Parts: sequence; structure tokens; C-alpha cells
Amino acid sequence: MTEIFRMNEAQPRLLDEMRQGVVGKPLSRPEGPKKVTGTARYAAEDLPDGCVHGVLVRATISRGRVTGLDREAIRDMPGLIDVITDARLLRNPAQGMAGVAPCQPNGEVFYHGQPIALVVAESLETARDAAHRLPVHYEEIAFETDPEAAQDREDKDPETAGHFDATFAASSVTIDARYRTDAQAAAAMEPHAAIAQWSGETVLLRGSLQMLRFNRDELADSLGIDPERVRILSPFIGGGFGSKLGIGPEAVAAAIASEKIGRPVRVVMSRQTVFDTVLRRSETLQRVRLGADGDGRLRAISHDDLVSNLPGESFAEPVSQASQFLYGADGLSFSQTLARVSRTPSGSVRAPGEAVGMLALESAMDELAEKLGLCPVELRLRNIPETHPMTGQAYSVRRLADCLRTGAEQFGWARRGAPGAQVEGDWRIGMGVASAARKSALVQSAARVRLLGDRAVVETDMTDIGTGSYAILGQIAGEMLGLPVEKVDVRLGDTSFPGASGSGGSFGANSAGSAVFLAAKKIRAELAAQLGCAPGELALQDGIARGGNIERALTDLVSSEIVHEAEIAAGDTSKSHLSSGFGAHFAEVAVNVWTGEVRVRRMLGVMAMGRILNEKTSRSQALGGMIWGIGSALTEALEHDPRTGHIVTRDLANYHVPSHADVPGDMSVVFLEERDDMANPIQTKGIGELGISGAGAAVLNAIAHATGARVRDFPALPDRVIRAIEMAGV
Amino acid sequence: MTTFTVNGRSHALALDPRTTLLDALRDHLNLTGTKKGCDHGQCGACTVLVNGVRVNSCLCLAAMHDGDEITTIEGLGSPDRLSALQAAFVEKDGYQCGYCTPGQIMSATALFEELKAGHPSYVSEGLDGATMSDAEIAERMSGNLCRCSAYPLIREAIAMAAEAEE
Repeated sequence: MTEIFRMNEAQPRLLDEMRQGVVGKPLSRPEGPKKVTGTARYAAEDLPDGCVHGVLVRATISRGRVTGLDREAIRDMPGLIDVITDARLLRNPAQGMAGVAPCQPNGEVFYHGQPIALVVAESLETARDAAHRLPVHYEEIAFETDPEAAQDREDKDPETAGHFDATFAASSVTIDARYRTDAQAAAAMEPHAAIAQWSGETVLLRGSLQMLRFNRDELADSLGIDPERVRILSPFIGGGFGSKLGIGPEAVAAAIASEKIGRPVRVVMSRQTVFDTVLRRSETLQRVRLGADGDGRLRAISHDDLVSNLPGESFAEPVSQASQFLYGADGLSFSQTLARVSRTPSGSVRAPGEAVGMLALESAMDELAEKLGLCPVELRLRNIPETHPMTGQAYSVRRLADCLRTGAEQFGWARRGAPGAQVEGDWRIGMGVASAARKSALVQSAARVRLLGDRAVVETDMTDIGTGSYAILGQIAGEMLGLPVEKVDVRLGDTSFPGASGSGGSFGANSAGSAVFLAAKKIRAELAAQLGCAPGELALQDGIARGGNIERALTDLVSSEIVHEAEIAAGDTSKSHLSSGFGAHFAEVAVNVWTGEVRVRRMLGVMAMGRILNEKTSRSQALGGMIWGIGSALTEALEHDPRTGHIVTRDLANYHVPSHADVPGDMSVVFLEERDDMANPIQTKGIGELGISGAGAAVLNAIAHATGARVRDFPALPDRVIRAIEMAGV
Repeated sequence: MTTFTVNGRSHALALDPRTTLLDALRDHLNLTGTKKGCDHGQCGACTVLVNGVRVNSCLCLAAMHDGDEITTIEGLGSPDRLSALQAAFVEKDGYQCGYCTPGQIMSATALFEELKAGHPSYVSEGLDGATMSDAEIAERMSGNLCRCSAYPLIREAIAMAAEAEE
């Protein structure tokens, strides 16, 4: 049993003392050549011999019970094998890190589009046809679909510090504004897919999943078997963004069908099924109240929200998460109401909380700046608190002010004139700013590193969902062991390897990276002992070990292999300090005053996110997040049919994720140098979600600056922009 | 029986008439480099060349392509022998998860030919053809979605490969 290293105090910056010089470098991904040649194999692509095809049958009612399936009606379809109904089928995917089965409704229907059965056939074409033809009988019961009107709602106790009401009342300038965000979808490009294959008592699942250590337990619990009997492979995942955190209906249905039929079964969700059944980001109604004194110092902050989910789902979009520590005030209050409605259940989508909460908070800050007649950058700079305003915790390291100042300088913020003043024909041009914040975390994680002479192997069940895990884990091991990255083979996505954090919550690099670091550190200690020097004197570079006046090639020093495992978990520093990425987003937009069309002309994100492990993949993550910000600000909206709750915009033609033409070529990212000593032994912070946090607000604030009119329902679709312009009378 | 050529190799397939060209490639010829993202012609992940022209293979029935010459991502290069575009995508990090990548590269491959042939686009100055620019690339690549949103880097990679070609 490997001893768990707990992060109880700041650790030395060992990576800065290493000689190989690969950590931080903009190195290309080692798996890149496979991805660009189509030889990287994703979940649905390794078809075992004899594999048959399953298609999920989904409910066409919103609430009630399945009373029967008319199997006879389709029994003569050639190639049809079975119609599977089973009490273990899932209602929806597990929430992130659940580790246990999600709701297994056993015939009960909670939302329109819910999986209720699996049709299995020799071919995909037959299975798809049969799933559509299968008559299903229901008993319907009453339901609600509108979160704002729902009777079934849960009010959570407000979180407070100081006295909000009194400080708000005593403020000389106040903002009290309501904002709405439409529900959103992760819409990863690879649809959810699973191939299940039993051999004896064990099931092998090829899946598209982000957190294998948890997913194995969830699949086992769903099937009612021991986790030892489950192995999951996810070497390549076609995007996750939260949508593949938990085991899903496709995986459990494939496993059940495969066991029953005795052949491998593949279940791939159609794009519409992904939209209908995979956890969405809840729509939100938010009320932000800010109170300040005349010189722009915040005295009161309140951020209340209404979100929705299905009954039984514990997740509630943590809308005000960043509002609780980004700025300081004397009185703060945060409350949440959770409406229970028959809509596709909600869960984590990239930066749950910040992605929508910061749209409202940062819009409100802009409105306050306007009312105060103060520069929006300056207002933010004046309200950076000494310590966490809710908990009193210290910030581990925070360069928010530097990000705001550097961004303003590089973006040419000083050229920003009065609202509505810059005109180019039918277009109004404006600039906007927003702060960025996203909490960073360390999650229990294990890894094994093998040193075989002048090459090494890293093994962990960590996943790479496009984030760059293959690259950075190879860089960490290479740096610690004095090997070029080409000599490090990183093996991921297999539950037979030590269990890692998985990819979620921006904690993957922090957690899995630290585990690899610690395992390699143990190997270093062994090498130092062999050379007869202290670990601190050992220098490893390009396969050569030096220490105590001795120089030896690693191939001489390592007779067969040196293997070590390490495991890390959060410790005291996670309680004493708040670790969060911080940044500042800047956007310039053009708004057509007649059509309401918004074009983003350029964006700049300045971010401080701890040690950068790979400058190239980090930049990609940051850029991707900023473009998600464009989507949330301008186009992404899941529309629900008010009669059924069913999602209307349930494909990629109707749910508008940003495309090439929506994204300007002038998109810049600047990283400020930083080390987070309190976060983990490699001094990193999460990267994957900071880019989106606040980015959309910069775009929305730029629209307000361009037009002099404020949109408060997001995304700022053309009709909403036109309405805001008309109402403002500008 | 449908007979077509894929990456220079002839294949004769007896398929369910409902089988799309995409599923024929992926499930029957084991050419899984061509991806299924939406099956509705909305995302571009399934882009292949049919007789040199880019198409969404999910919107084609395999049976409609008797006698056609099809090029997939596997026909452009291999991990040891990358095409200029493939190498540029690696160099520029013009991808993240990699799932839309084959479609992006197939589209970009066709884009070069379309520009050479003088096809104008919505953003071109006139109808007499167009020259390579970021705006032209963005417009012509907009049928290929990338949810990781590597767009600026994809376009840098395409521009890099275009320069290398000149």
C-alpha cells in the first residue's frame, strides 16, 4: 500500500532546480501524429468480432411510467436481437465523482427523452429503425417544466458575512439587477459511446469517460457487481467539458445487453440523444446587488440565483462561487433556490458556477462602474480584498491586479471612449473588460513511474480529454528523471493502472501531475542512493546521472527497472489557503444597430494560473475557454418546449456553438509567471476553466459600451440586442 | 454490391441500403479516422473527399457512390509520414481532443484546391476568385465545428501549410 502524501505545507520548487528543461516548454503533444492521421482510436472504434449494435429507446412523455413495450410489433424485423428492459438501466449519467450508481428509475419517467430501453440488432441500421418503431405505452402524471413558475422548489440557507442589508442600505451608489442565462450544453464533438464485452465474470468497457476511477465504481454499482470485475479503457476521449464525468446510460445499457446476449454490444448515442439525456448546464435567474461608496469601494455584495434540476439530483449549479471571493465588501449574502422540473437533468459543464455566475457579477460590476463614472478596470482594482471575505482564508498567490493592469496596457484600453461613441456605418464599436476567477483544487491521485535505463513509462488511469495530459505527464517525468520527452511513454485511460483524479474541475494536472512528480521523486532518491549522494545533489540530464563527483549513464545505473508508485491528497493548505486562478479578459466587438448582430473583433486574456507545465497546450486550453465565453455571451441557448420541457435546440444546427466564422483571428493569451506553493508540490493551478470564467462578460460589457444599451438576458441574441437598444432609446 | 475506391484501394461491399458512406468507412472498412459527430451534416467531423470534392459522408448513402474515388484522412499521411497540413496541425496545436481534426484537415485539403480553382466565398472581394487570408480560411472552414475551440490555431496551421506549399 502506497503511503499517501498530504499537502500540509508549502513544498520546495524542485521542478525549478531540474536540468532537463522540458517543463513549461511549448512542446507538441506526443499523441498528435495519431490524432491528425485518424489513427487515434476513440470509444466506438475498436469493434470486437461479433459485436452487435444497441440503440436507446427514449421516453416521449415528460413524467409518468412505462406500462408496456409492444415487442410483438417489431419482432419480425430481420436482424433484430432483443429489446432490453432492466431495472438497472440509468435515468441519466452520474454526477461527477459520485462513485455510485445514479438514479435507476425502473420504468418511471422523469423527463422527455429519458432512456427507457435498449434495442439490440445485428446492424446499426436495424437497431435504429426498431428503436423508432417500438410502440411504448405510458401512464402520465402531472409535471412542471418552468423553473421560474415551479411550485416544487428548495430554498437553501443563505451564506453570509457581515450584514448585507444594512451595508447595502448605507451605500451611496447601488446596483440591483436581474440577469438570465439560458441552459447550455457541453456538446463535446464525440457522442457518448460504449462497447461492452464480457469474458467470464468480468466486463471490459471501452468508454468515453473523464474520471475512470469513479466510473469503474459507478458502473459496478449500477450493475450490482464488485468493482474488481470491471475494467474501463478510455485512451482517447473526443472532448468532455463535464459531460463525461459520470457513467452514463449508454455504458450501463451496453454492459447489461452484452451479458444477456453473450456478445459484445456497442451503444453510441445519436447527437439528439446526447442533447436530451446528458447533463446540461442549468438555466439561471440571477439577482446581483452591489453597494459602493462614492469612490467605488464596495460595501455590499449579494448574488442570489434560481437554478433547476430533476428530483433526486444533488447537483445545483454553484452560480455565486466566484462572487464569494473575487471582491471584498463589509456585508455579503449569497442564496440559492433549486427548482425541481421535468427537464433534462443538469450537472457540471465547463466551469460550473463561474461560467454563468460571472456573466452576471461582471456585468453588474460594469453597471456599477458606469453609475460611479469610474473606469471599469479601476473599479475592479479598488476592490481586491486582503483575505477571503467569507472565510478569512489567505489567498495562496493572486495576481489579479497585475492581470488587469497588463491587459489594459496591452489591449489599448486607454483608447476606449464614451459609450456609443465609436461608429462605423451601421456598426457601433465597443470594448469590455471582466475579471476571471476559477478555484483550483487537488484531488486524490496515484501514478506509477518505471525507469528502464534511458527511457521511462508513466502509468495512471488519468484521462486526456484534449487537455494535454499525455504531454504534461511526460514532461514532468522527463524533467525529474533527466530524459527527453521522446523517451517517456505515457499510458493513460486504463483502470488497471493506479487511480488518478480524472479530468474535471481543472484539477487534473494539479493532481495527476503531482502523483507522477512524487513517483519520479522516489526514483530519484533511489538513484541518489546508488550514486552515494544526497537527493539534493543528484543532477539528471539527457540520461546521465551526476552526484558526489560521480557521473554514470542511467543505462548503467538501472539494471532492469526502478518502479515507484505515489499517491497524493489535499491536506492542511487546502483549508488555510484559497487557491484560485485569476485573470482579466478584454474584448472588442462591433454591433449592428439594425440587425442586432454582434461580431467579436479581438480578445485578450491575461491569466496567472500557477506554473505553466506546457506553454503550448495551456494556451490552447485558455483560448478554448475564451471562445466558450463567446458562445455563452452570443449564441448558446438550449430552448425548452414549455409544454413538455423537451429541448428544442437539440442538435448542432440549432444549438449554436461558436464556429470558425464567429471567432476572430486576433485572440491573444498572456500568462503571467506564477508559482502556487500552497497548491501542490508542482506549484500549479487549474487551467481548463479559467479561460471561460468571465470571458463572456467581457464580450457583453463590450456590447454595452458599443451601444450604450445593456442586455441582461444571455446569450445576447440579435432580438435581445435590438430590444435593449430600443428600450435604452439610443 | 457497391464498388468504390478508398485511398486508392478498391472495395466491393454488399451493404444494407441504409448504410451511410460514413458508417461504411468506419464500421465496414475499419477506416475510423473519419468521425461521426452529429450524423446530420452539421459538424463536419465526417468530411471526406469524393472525386476530389469535400462532402459530409454522413449525408451520403454508400450505395450512391458506386465507381467513386474517395479519400479519407488515412489517405493523406501516416504518423511517420505526415502531410504538410497534418504536420502543421501538430506544430500549431490545431486541435485538442482530436475528434474533429480529421474533418478539419480534409476540409482544409479541399480548401486549397478550391482557392486554386478560383472559387469565391461569401467574404471574397468579388466573384473572380480569392486569395488566402484568415477571413477566407475562417469562412471556408465554418462547416467544421471544434468544440475544444482550437479555431485560431487551426487557422494558423492551415496558413502555415499554405505558405509551405508556395
